Amino acid sequence: MKTYDFNQQYISKIEQEVALSTENVQVHYGKSHAIFDASLDFPRFQITSLIGASGSGKSTYLRCLNRMNDRIAQVDGKILYRNTDINSKTINVYEVRRHIGMVFQRPNPFAKSIRENILFALKNNGINDKKELQERLETSLRDAALWDEVKDDLDKSALALSGGQQQRLCIARSIAMHPDILLLDEPASALDPISTSKIEETLKLLSKSYTIIIVTHNMQQASRISDYTAFFHMGHIIEYNQTKNIFTAPEIKATEDYISGDFG
Amino acid sequence: MDDIQTRLQKSSRATRQDYFGKVICYSCIGLIILLVACILYFIASKGLATFTKNGVNFWNFLTQSDWKPGDVDKYGNPQVGALPMIVTSFSVTILAALLATPFAIGTAIFMTEIANKRGAKFLQPVIELLVGIPSVVYGFIGLSLIVPFIRGIFGGTGFGILSGTLVLFVMVLPTITSLSVDSLKSVPMHYRQASLALGATRWQTIYKVILKAAAPGLLTAVIFGMARAFGEALAVQMVIGNAILMPKNLISPASTLTSKLTTEIGNTVMGTLPNNALWSLALVLLFMSLLFNLIVRFIGRRGNIKNER
Amino acid sequence: MNAKKSDKLATGMIYGLVGIVVSILVALLGYILYNGVPDINWHFLTSEAQSFSAGGGVRDQLFNSLYLLVLALIISFPIALGAGIYLSEYAKDNWVTDIIRTSIEVLSSLPSVVVGLFGYLLLVIQLNMGFSILAGAIALTFFNLPLLTRNIEESLRSVPDLQREAGTSLGLSGWKTITKIILPMALPGILTGLILCSGRIFGEAAALIYTAGQSAPSVDYGNWNLFTETSFLNPMRPAETLAVHIWKVNTESVTPDSSAISSASSAVLIIVILIFNLGARYLGNKLFKKMTASK
Ligand SMILES: Nc1ncnc2c1ncn2[C@@H]1O[C@H](COP(=O)(O)OP(=O)(O)O)[C@@H](O)[C@H]1O
Ligand SMILES: [Mg+2]
Repeated sequence: MKTYDFNQQYISKIEQEVALSTENVQVHYGKSHAIFDASLDFPRFQITSLIGASGSGKSTYLRCLNRMNDRIAQVDGKILYRNTDINSKTINVYEVRRHIGMVFQRPNPFAKSIRENILFALKNNGINDKKELQERLETSLRDAALWDEVKDDLDKSALALSGGQQQRLCIARSIAMHPDILLLDEPASALDPISTSKIEETLKLLSKSYTIIIVTHNMQQASRISDYTAFFHMGHIIEYNQTKNIFTAPEIKATEDYISGDFG
Repeated sequence: MDDIQTRLQKSSRATRQDYFGKVICYSCIGLIILLVACILYFIASKGLATFTKNGVNFWNFLTQSDWKPGDVDKYGNPQVGALPMIVTSFSVTILAALLATPFAIGTAIFMTEIANKRGAKFLQPVIELLVGIPSVVYGFIGLSLIVPFIRGIFGGTGFGILSGTLVLFVMVLPTITSLSVDSLKSVPMHYRQASLALGATRWQTIYKVILKAAAPGLLTAVIFGMARAFGEALAVQMVIGNAILMPKNLISPASTLTSKLTTEIGNTVMGTLPNNALWSLALVLLFMSLLFNLIVRFIGRRGNIKNER
Repeated sequence: MNAKKSDKLATGMIYGLVGIVVSILVALLGYILYNGVPDINWHFLTSEAQSFSAGGGVRDQLFNSLYLLVLALIISFPIALGAGIYLSEYAKDNWVTDIIRTSIEVLSSLPSVVVGLFGYLLLVIQLNMGFSILAGAIALTFFNLPLLTRNIEESLRSVPDLQREAGTSLGLSGWKTITKIILPMALPGILTGLILCSGRIFGEAAALIYTAGQSAPSVDYGNWNLFTETSFLNPMRPAETLAVHIWKVNTESVTPDSSAISSASSAVLIIVILIFNLGARYLGNKLFKKMTASK
């Protein structure tokens, strides 16, 4: 494996409004140091891709952003959302996750009906108005491009759906909460090409009203859908820039090697 | 500060739910720990009273064979010798385990290595059902089949260690078998394939590879069987004869720790020496149960180390 | 001796062992059912036990067994559920958890007489409950808790972590995630375990002879007020169960037809346990299929 100098970094400044940012985030799994000094700003209503080799820390970093690592790892540093450090101990993590939703690599719908999958968390958050619930059910499924396929089977088990449909249901379930930010960890890696392109279209549409951060190891996908891209290598963020710059004129040798496939 | 900002800082319904859930679960687990502590404390304090309050010599308790806690011997010492019960308990346990182990492991090998799917599928639920048969039923069968059978062959009453052993043999057989099956099943398939590919016969594979790999699990199964046998009360009590004599042979009436406890504890008065002496027997049972537990753990740890290498 | 020959010999031996084991099993079940089933009839199941004459039934014992089972489950299930949730969801990998697990193991390996005697000491004597259904049910709880707890823990653990993450990532509290998402998915396993535990409780006698007692006073099955002396639901009355009855008629009683009563009672016990066993399998499979939406 080639070795690269981790001090060679290129992190571009964001001129637009920033929805979320991290400052010097460090993650430890027990004694092993998984993320080093990660500082990034995520622009509002844009799609940001996190790319890098497997094991480079993309998932670990992403999961910090809505405190999903709480019970698994030690996370230090600042994560700023609405001028608040949401990595602080006193923060209400449930509230954080309501505003920063997450979709996982493997589809994980609840063993409930399609309707309940969407509505369950809403009801638990105190939304009881029938009309509002129905409204959210329909819009979220429409936004996730699933409505037409399931509108007649809303009371069937979600587990009877195909993998691609299940994943879109999970996206719908997240956006029904009306989050600000949507985190996705390789949402299409377990799916076939058709489902994948449906999900990509969905994300493109969603980016009009959501800030999206997506982990992908598929570089074509990153270049197709994202506005910004961050390249991870062994727990370090090596380069962060507009996607077109990253893919056409990377500043750092490691990035160039990675996107040209001449890596490791 | 906007609305969301304040909500990020405040506790919410979810926070309270989590707190509530934790309180419930911690209380439940606390209750169980408290229960175990209570059991250990009560039985230990009652069982030790024989030695601390009534001044019985602990060594005599373990090694003498006269059990007359109401009387004193010619030196004025109470006669609390538990040796006959201890010997009988160990005899039936060890004999039953020795007898059951080859059958159990043979059956387990048959079920996992030899039988086709259907054979194993038929035996598995039957064995599981037998594990669940109540001990009084085993006792009743012992009383109505085994005791007369022994009487017919050897004469005497038919009650005794031999009958107890046979009843326990039938009782622990399904226990040891089903645990052995689990342990054999956990041997990875590629062990078998590798050995057969090297030209070993099926028996060589079983004997040299599978039994070796499963040895800690099989040993654990036997220990569990012994623990069950040692602690079994009613089934044994029904066929052992309940005489507090040093067993002279396998067919004379005898008494185990458990059978003595079940028959006598209702006939003694709390706080008196005869009663405390019985609690000392319970303490021996408790101690043995802890010891079996410890052995199982030890084997488990050794097994892990071996597999890591 | 060459390898082929010893292979044949060993296989033969194993067949022999299995043959003996199978014949023991068949003889055992056959004996109980063959001797017992003909004596099971409506009269036997619905009339009172007789002490000195033949022809007694097991009505009260059968009812007591069921009542004790229900009470024991009502007491032990919630505690086991809480403890099981603790072990599968909250327990960290540290020495505290080690102690907890060890305690549960110790409890599960205690001989049932010891548990019964402890129940006698604590409940019957110290807490002054006397020989009573309640004391029996609590003793059965002691005996049942570790098994049920472990079963619930394992069932909860078998639910994939993905489901927990799904709940958490939607801002649900851990408690809601566990009770409303994980628990329903673990239900088939939990129910199967619960029914198998029921079988164990139903046949238990050693833990009961000094807690629920060995007598079955006649009760009024029309009296639903459980605070009155004669009510069949009165939890403070002594209650001999079917399993205890078998032991009792075989060891101390002078009933002339004790052997017939024991075989019929044993057959009833075994049939009930068989039903529990089959029921557990059936229900578990069915729920599982429904849950996973497979046909
Ligand atoms: N739960 C965990 N416990 C310990 N180490 C982990 C855990 N999850 C990930 N890691 C380690 O952290 C590093 C980064 O992993 P991850 O974030 O999953 O990478 P990526 O998503 O980029 O493939 C890897 O070395 C991995 O082994
Ligand atoms: Mg990953």
